[in-house]
Amino acid sequence: MIYDVIIIGGGVTGCSIARTFSKYDLKICVLEKEAEIASGTTKANSGVVHAGHAAPREYIKRHLCIKGNSLYTQAVEELNFPFKRIGSFVVALEDDQIKKLDEERKKGIEDGIPDLELILDKDTILNMEPNLTNDVVGVLHAPSAGIVSPYELTFALAENAALNGVKFFRNHEVIKIKHQEYIFTVGTNRGDIQGKNLINAAGLYASQISKMLGLDYFSILPRKGEYIIFDRNALQLNKVLFPMATKVSKGILVCPTLHGNTFIGPNAQNITDREDLSTTTAGLKEILEGGKKLVPNLPLRSPIRNFAGLRAVPDTYDFIIDNTDVYGFINVAGILSPGLTATFAIAEKVVDYLELLGLELKIRDDYNPIRPKPDRFKDFTKEELNIKIHEDPTWGRIICRCETIPEREIIDAIHAPVGAKTVDGIKFRCRPGMGRCQGGFCRPRVIEILARELGLKYEEITKRGEDTNILIGKTKDIALRDILGGTNQE
Amino acid sequence: MNSYEVDVVVIGGGSAGLAAAIVVQKAGLDVLILERDKELGGITLQCIHNGFGLHEFEEELTGPEYVQRFINQVKEMNIPYKLDTMVIEFTPEKTVYAVNSEEGVLEVKTKAIILAMGCREKTRGAINMPGFRPAGIYTAGQAQRFVNIEGYLPGRSYVILGSGDIGMIMARRLTWEGCQVKAVVEILPYVSGLIRNQVQCLEDYGIPLITSYTVTKIHGVDRLKGLTISKVDRNFDRVIGSEKFIECDTLLLSVGLIPENELTREAGAKISEMGGPVIDNNLETTIEGVFACGNVLQVHDLVDLVTAEARRAGLNAIEYVKERYSKEIGKKTHIKCNAGENVKYIKPDLINKANLSNDIIFTFRVKRPDRRIQIQFKDENNKVLYKKKRRYVIPSEMIELKLNLNELKIDSKCKNIEVEVIPRPEALIEED
Repeated sequence: MIYDVIIIGGGVTGCSIARTFSKYDLKICVLEKEAEIASGTTKANSGVVHAGHAAPREYIKRHLCIKGNSLYTQAVEELNFPFKRIGSFVVALEDDQIKKLDEERKKGIEDGIPDLELILDKDTILNMEPNLTNDVVGVLHAPSAGIVSPYELTFALAENAALNGVKFFRNHEVIKIKHQEYIFTVGTNRGDIQGKNLINAAGLYASQISKMLGLDYFSILPRKGEYIIFDRNALQLNKVLFPMATKVSKGILVCPTLHGNTFIGPNAQNITDREDLSTTTAGLKEILEGGKKLVPNLPLRSPIRNFAGLRAVPDTYDFIIDNTDVYGFINVAGILSPGLTATFAIAEKVVDYLELLGLELKIRDDYNPIRPKPDRFKDFTKEELNIKIHEDPTWGRIICRCETIPEREIIDAIHAPVGAKTVDGIKFRCRPGMGRCQGGFCRPRVIEILARELGLKYEEITKRGEDTNILIGKTKDIALRDILGGTNQE
Repeated sequence: MNSYEVDVVVIGGGSAGLAAAIVVQKAGLDVLILERDKELGGITLQCIHNGFGLHEFEEELTGPEYVQRFINQVKEMNIPYKLDTMVIEFTPEKTVYAVNSEEGVLEVKTKAIILAMGCREKTRGAINMPGFRPAGIYTAGQAQRFVNIEGYLPGRSYVILGSGDIGMIMARRLTWEGCQVKAVVEILPYVSGLIRNQVQCLEDYGIPLITSYTVTKIHGVDRLKGLTISKVDRNFDRVIGSEKFIECDTLLLSVGLIPENELTREAGAKISEMGGPVIDNNLETTIEGVFACGNVLQVHDLVDLVTAEARRAGLNAIEYVKERYSKEIGKKTHIKCNAGENVKYIKPDLINKANLSNDIIFTFRVKRPDRRIQIQFKDENNKVLYKKKRRYVIPSEMIELKLNLNELKIDSKCKNIEVEVIPRPEALIEED
């Protein structure tokens, strides 16, 4: 089997590219090193769809961001992922910052960002966002900005791509790549996979992948961003709130999520270890202080989780989307903010590159762009729910109390295309464990359902893949093993 | 939609809900228990250690033995209950909506509601613990469920953060299962659970208790590999240079419990700062006819005290349904109870002036341990209404006082009282 297109990386970038290619009559696969897709940068970022006024004009990311933002409208209709254009504020706390915001506004409007406006009347501002600090002197309001659930977007992309024939290979880590006679042989920990075109969307590992083909012209370094997320009933914001940007980042924002929580973060710390997702005492303090500048009444008593994500920062500062010197090899690297916003525009650009190289793009007869909206308990009225439960009793068995998730949603998450295999996979697809008890009550039942549906033993169920098992075995088996020595097979 | 009408709905079929339902049914009212788990009994079922029932039955029982006596009584009395049934909403007009897989959505119209939903454990996120997020970090109660109910072990070598009762009991339990408990680490300078658990669960098994320390770093990307613990100063800031590494594959958190009041909050009842609903001396929330008892109201030390409180909630619900005092609703005037010096919280939050002739049961906890103290109730003019000596107070022991404010001759204009726990005047110290 020789694929037409192999995509390395099952994050939002890789899945977006896969889904865009899936329209065409091509054999495509995605290789992901983790047990679940959306496991890297995609899983832990701000989930903001930016209007696009922040980056300088000489950067390609500005233009892809503005275009990508507009592409969300159609994508949501087709893919039914959680997204809302709630608008963003860049908040000026000093009079001398207004001038800079106005310049951003002018350039943004010239570049086609819709409805950008500078608001200087404090009452108007506080009316639009009552939780904002009273110290505000003006805001740049971008109504086209929005919030998205980045992992749910990625699952939607993957599901739709899989429905249209794309193969997903998880737990496949790329170790080496050979390119001979226009065929790429991608060596993974689970054997070789061959293809005619190769797309590198490996996120934090993109420079290593590029080097495997002798292309050592950029480097990617991780930059850590820490977050704290607050309980659902603690604070409700209307807008995405940014401070004035600094050179390294857009600053610590205070932002609502699509599930009714509020989060603060991220800070920006350059590190070297690509697996270092640890949060730090100093970092959490920094984001709390930063968040309080915008929203003084942060619900400090109601945090439910802190986490960190790593941005894939390129030494070029801009996105690297290159048709390289190796025929058929495209680098899609350094996709940090606003990469999530730009994702559909990035995918289109990659398709254009391969078309230029002569890849035949014939639309599939059976192409279906629609990924139906997953049924959610919370979206039903009581009457609808009553009918649903009578048709299917698993709708009436609530597994997660905090987020009110029934067994049906969990079973659906497991059996969806590119479905969940781990406890975290369930958590990110349908939310058990996302709420205030963080899985305290539902985890044993989630393990039971995963084990039953996947035909595994309890002790084989993992948090997020290899070496993250949640239970080590039955108590008495372990005791016997200790006494008898060796392994006890019942 | 299946529709029911009953006099009283009890939300939660654990120790609190069962005791309340029994009282209500005995008074001849119709009661219905709604329980979200697959069996009655609640969290007491997974507490297989002994020490239950000393107040209630004057004998020492395990958790399941204790709660089974109430389950048996519920069954003998044919009290209706629904299992695997999750309440999704109740309204101030007292319609309760629930779902289960057999009936779909149920609508229960009722005259009074007794909240008995219990509490949940504080998680790592709730205490802003930094570090990696590997597998191997659980709350103590979750580990207790895995070991005692499911029969599985979450790991081999443990550190327990927090010396709450569940944490100490799990330290002993895991030792019995052949696991190694490296330490119980407590941020406070003293143990935060009951002294008897410190003795029986830690000291008897030689498990080190490390006080004034907390976990400052979590090691391990996939599975937990160890922890860095650091000493903390009086302000709970870590002392640089005091770090110690402990190798372990599992961390259990026993860092506090939070009453589970999402339904209560959504229905519009006021919630107090400690997480329980605001209640008056009849255990009635700020929604009339809705009563709260057990750990959904305040976290108790002993299940026996939960049972007693639940009976009171049941009796008050009976009164309410029989309309003995509900006519006075609307013109209720309250005295507010405030926590003063060294008092973390006090229940009730409000005293209904119409009930002043009744005995009032006050429950509260201190913020820090103290010796030779005086508990003192004052009105808003600093007039001392009541005082009582006590040899010692500790945060892990809830203090219960039954008082009659009428006898205390409380001023009819009084709107606020305050309870404080203060050092005893020198002259009285000799008395001990």
